[in-house]
Formats: sequence, C-alpha cells, structure tokens
Amino acid sequence: MSEEFEPNIVGFACNWCSYAGADLAGTSRMKYPPNIRIIRVMCSGRVSPAFILKAFQMGADGVLVTGCHPGDCHYIAGNLKCEKTMGTTRKLIDVLGIGEERLRLEWVSASEGSKFADVVTDFTNRIRGLGPLSGKSQG
Amino acid sequence: MNSEAIVKETRAYHCLECGVCTSSCPVARVNPSFSPRLLVEKALFGFGDEIVRDRDLWSCLVCGRCTSRCPSNVDYLNFIKEMRIEASKLGEKGLFSHDGVMNTIMELQLTNLQQKRTFWIADDLEVADEGECFYFVGCLPYFDLVFGEGGYCDVGLKPTERARNTVRILNKMGIKPVVSNDERCCGHDLLWNGDLEGFRRLAELNLKTIKKSGARKVICLCPEGYVTLKRDYPLYLGEQDLEVVQLYQLLADKLKEGKLNFVENGSNNPVKVTFHDPCSLGRMAEIYEEPREILSAIPGIELVEMERNRADALCCGTSGWVNCSSCSKQIQTERLKEAEATGADILLTACPKCGIHLSCAKYNSDIKIEIKDITDLIVEKMV
Ligand code: SF4
Ligand code: SF4
Ligand code: FES
Repeated sequence: MSEEFEPNIVGFACNWCSYAGADLAGTSRMKYPPNIRIIRVMCSGRVSPAFILKAFQMGADGVLVTGCHPGDCHYIAGNLKCEKTMGTTRKLIDVLGIGEERLRLEWVSASEGSKFADVVTDFTNRIRGLGPLSGKSQG
Repeated sequence: MNSEAIVKETRAYHCLECGVCTSSCPVARVNPSFSPRLLVEKALFGFGDEIVRDRDLWSCLVCGRCTSRCPSNVDYLNFIKEMRIEASKLGEKGLFSHDGVMNTIMELQLTNLQQKRTFWIADDLEVADEGECFYFVGCLPYFDLVFGEGGYCDVGLKPTERARNTVRILNKMGIKPVVSNDERCCGHDLLWNGDLEGFRRLAELNLKTIKKSGARKVICLCPEGYVTLKRDYPLYLGEQDLEVVQLYQLLADKLKEGKLNFVENGSNNPVKVTFHDPCSLGRMAEIYEEPREILSAIPGIELVEMERNRADALCCGTSGWVNCSSCSKQIQTERLKEAEATGADILLTACPKCGIHLSCAKYNSDIKIEIKDITDLIVEKMV
C-alpha cells in the first residue's frame, strides 16, 4: 500500500493583514490542508532569503510568504521590499537546486480568510504534486 | 583536540608575551578589549574552557598578521581554528551576518540537490565538461544573487563578471576550462568557523567532481578557494594528484612567455591604481609580486602602493560572514582612506569577498575611490 506524500509547508504571514486573514479562515471554520505551519512576522518585508533557505534546509517542501496588498502595508512599503527580495530568492533557490516553484508569494488581507484557505489548498496540492524535496539536510 | 594539545600543536608554549600579535592586530586597534596575546596566555595557563566560550574567539579575522610577525613562531591562525573547532562541538558559533544566509547556502551544498550554478556562462565563453583544466569558480554565483545588483544586500557589484572575466582570459590563453554544476563551496568558511565535518564533506564532493572531469590542474581566481584547495585539502584529505594554481600565478608565467599581451597605450595620462593585497592571497599564499607584475605590464596605468602593502596589508575587515561589527566598518573605512591617500582613482582587489566588504563600507560614505577587480582591467586591455 503506497502512502500519499504529505508535504511540509512553512508559511510566513505578516502580523497586520495575512496573519489576521489566516485567523479569519480558522475562526470561520474554512477547510484547508493542515500541512502548513505558520510563522508570524511583523511585516513580510522582514522575511529574508535566509529564513526561506533555512526552512528548506530544515525540511520544508514548500514555503509560502504572505503579506498585505500593495499600498496596505502597515510599514508603508515592506511588502514591496518583500516582492523584490522574493525575486532574487526565487533565483537563489533555483540555482541551489531547490526549484523556484517551491516558493510562493501572495497578498492576503485581514478580510480575505477564504483567499488564504484557497491559496494554502492550491499551494499544498502543487507541492504534493512536485513530491518531496530531495536531498534534504543531512544532519 | 583539547586545549593542551592545541597549545602543543601550535607552539603556543613558545609565547614570550611580547604582545607583537596584539599590536599588529587590526581588531585590537579598534577594539582595545580584544587581545590575541591574552587569548594565548589564557590557553597557556590552562583556561582553555574559557576561550571556547569567549565571544572574542569569533572576533579574529584570521588575517594572519599576528602569525606572520610573531617572533616566537606561534601558529596563531591554527590556534584560532582549532579552538573554534572545539567551541563548535559545544554549540558555540560566531554571529552570522545577513541573517546567516551565506552559511545556509554553504550547508545546502552538502546535500545532493542539483545546483544550477553555471547560469553566468555567456555565449562568448568556451567551457567544457571534461578536460585537463578545471576552473574552480567558488561562491561567485551565490555572491551575485545576494550581493549583486538587485540582491538582498545589493552593494552594487556584479560578482559573476569576475567568473566571466576569468574564462575570457583563460580562453585567450588557449585554455578551455571545465566548469561544473556539481562544484560546491570550497569549505573555507565552514572550516574557519569550526565546522570541520562540513568542510571535509564539501572537500570530498569537490575532489570527486574535479577528478571525474579528468582534470589534473585546478585554476582558482578566488584566493580563499586557492588556499583551501592547495593547502587544506591535502592537509585533511591526504595528498591529491592535482596541481592547484591561482590565476595570477598562471598569468605571470604567460606574461614572461609573451603569451599575455595588452593594447598599446594611446594616452600619456596614466590612470592611477592601487592594489589591496587580500590576506589569503598575500600572507596565506605569499603571492605578492605576480599581480603587480601583471599590472605593471598593462600600459596606461600607474600602480601606486598604499602605506601598508604586501605582508603588512590591512585585512578587509570581515571573514567567514561572521562578526561583521562596527570594528569591521572602522577597519574597512581606514583601508579605503588609505587607498584614497595614494591619490589613486581605482582601488583594485583580487578577492571577491574583499570587493564585497570594501564596497559595503564605501556605501553611504563620502569615499569616492572606484573599486574594481584586477581581472576587469586585464579583460579591458588584453589583446
Ligand atoms: S606575538 Fe607571539 S610571542 Fe608575542 S605575545 Fe603574540 S603569540 Fe606570544
Ligand atoms: S589573525 Fe588577524 S585579526 Fe586574528 S588575532 Fe591575528 S592579527 Fe588579529
Ligand atoms: S505589514 Fe503586512 S506586509 Fe508589511
């Protein structure tokens, strides 16, 4: 009997929009896969490439970064900084052999509980399709 | 190795307590509480346990000035390395810069993930999968993505341009080097940050890749990579049937053979340049004259020396991406000012890391001097 692969997803969510969006999805009892582990950051702009690489190194198969919609960032432009950072991080994980499709950036507002659930469902399915990240950290 | 063994191994018991190390140390100059002499003394008096827990253990830049000047021949660099290896066994480590991204990049190369690190190869470059010469690129592709234009810590550089330069120069010399996606980080930083096992593993993987390509000769631009492959691989993994050369050694020979030629100079107004000897190229590898021979052969430039040059050169202020501090910035600024004081228009570096560190310090300062790599000049002027 072959067991279906269940990916580990690490999610970074900003305190002011996306984390509240995730919370809304939860309190509204919306259904989404339990594969994601959410890490709250004050702003998506705080997510450095180092966090993402560390997540993959420690066993994540996919990383989802969520922040406020452009124009709505609590710190004005942290999400724009994040978008720029994610651009080079995508390239970085591709060159490292992790594959850029394992990183996703989405804007989720505090009222978009259903969007959060949809994004997590879709991303989890995609990563499930990609299979486990081979060559995980040895030790 | 316990601290007693380290004292023996590095001849620390010869220490005269003269303090030459401390007075030569660039860190001690800006941070008087850092004392290399005191660290050695502590070990001598049996306080090794204190050293491995001491934050100061990670402040040393492993620049080698103390080692090169110690009248008693104490091997200070290896003293620091061995102490760090012991310290990391206890879970101690330095404070990583840039959230530790460089360290994670190195550690991820210990896995079997298939890298795509050769993305920088341009159409005009001739490289091979197999052959006599292996060009060991080192971390340049990753420097590009972290410190290059658009990177997370953009310091306005194009690190992989140095890799393209190197291949352009080698092609001109008639060499079609092997470049491989299976190459890993050389392990220099892991070793000097105390991760001996990680270093060993990277070294094994690299030797396997190099040998599989059929190469008998490895060419390095990066001086840290050169020292690591040349000195530390045989030290930890036994003698290898490989010739390791640094690009400037090779080019100095080609110059003598008349195979490296430059354009004739049209103007009689030479550009003044000064050269920063990287610790790893200078004090570690003792390659002082080769880059200077090449520079003096390029028409239209005039090399002016900084006050501290060759074995006396000042370190670029950080190593192994740990403990970059206000001391580092002070050291870097001091070096940049020293370069400006020569009246030079361009400060030349021979190490990609020095280039990154000095450019970082130049950022947000009123220092004007342009920072370039020697290979930039060679490619501009070679025919
Ligand atoms: S320079 Fe050498 S002999 Fe003098 S204090 Fe330092 S380690 Fe000891
Ligand atoms: S290696 Fe350099 S930084 Fe370290 S103690 Fe010696 S002189 Fe100071
Ligand atoms: S606070 Fe939400 S992205 Fe900045």
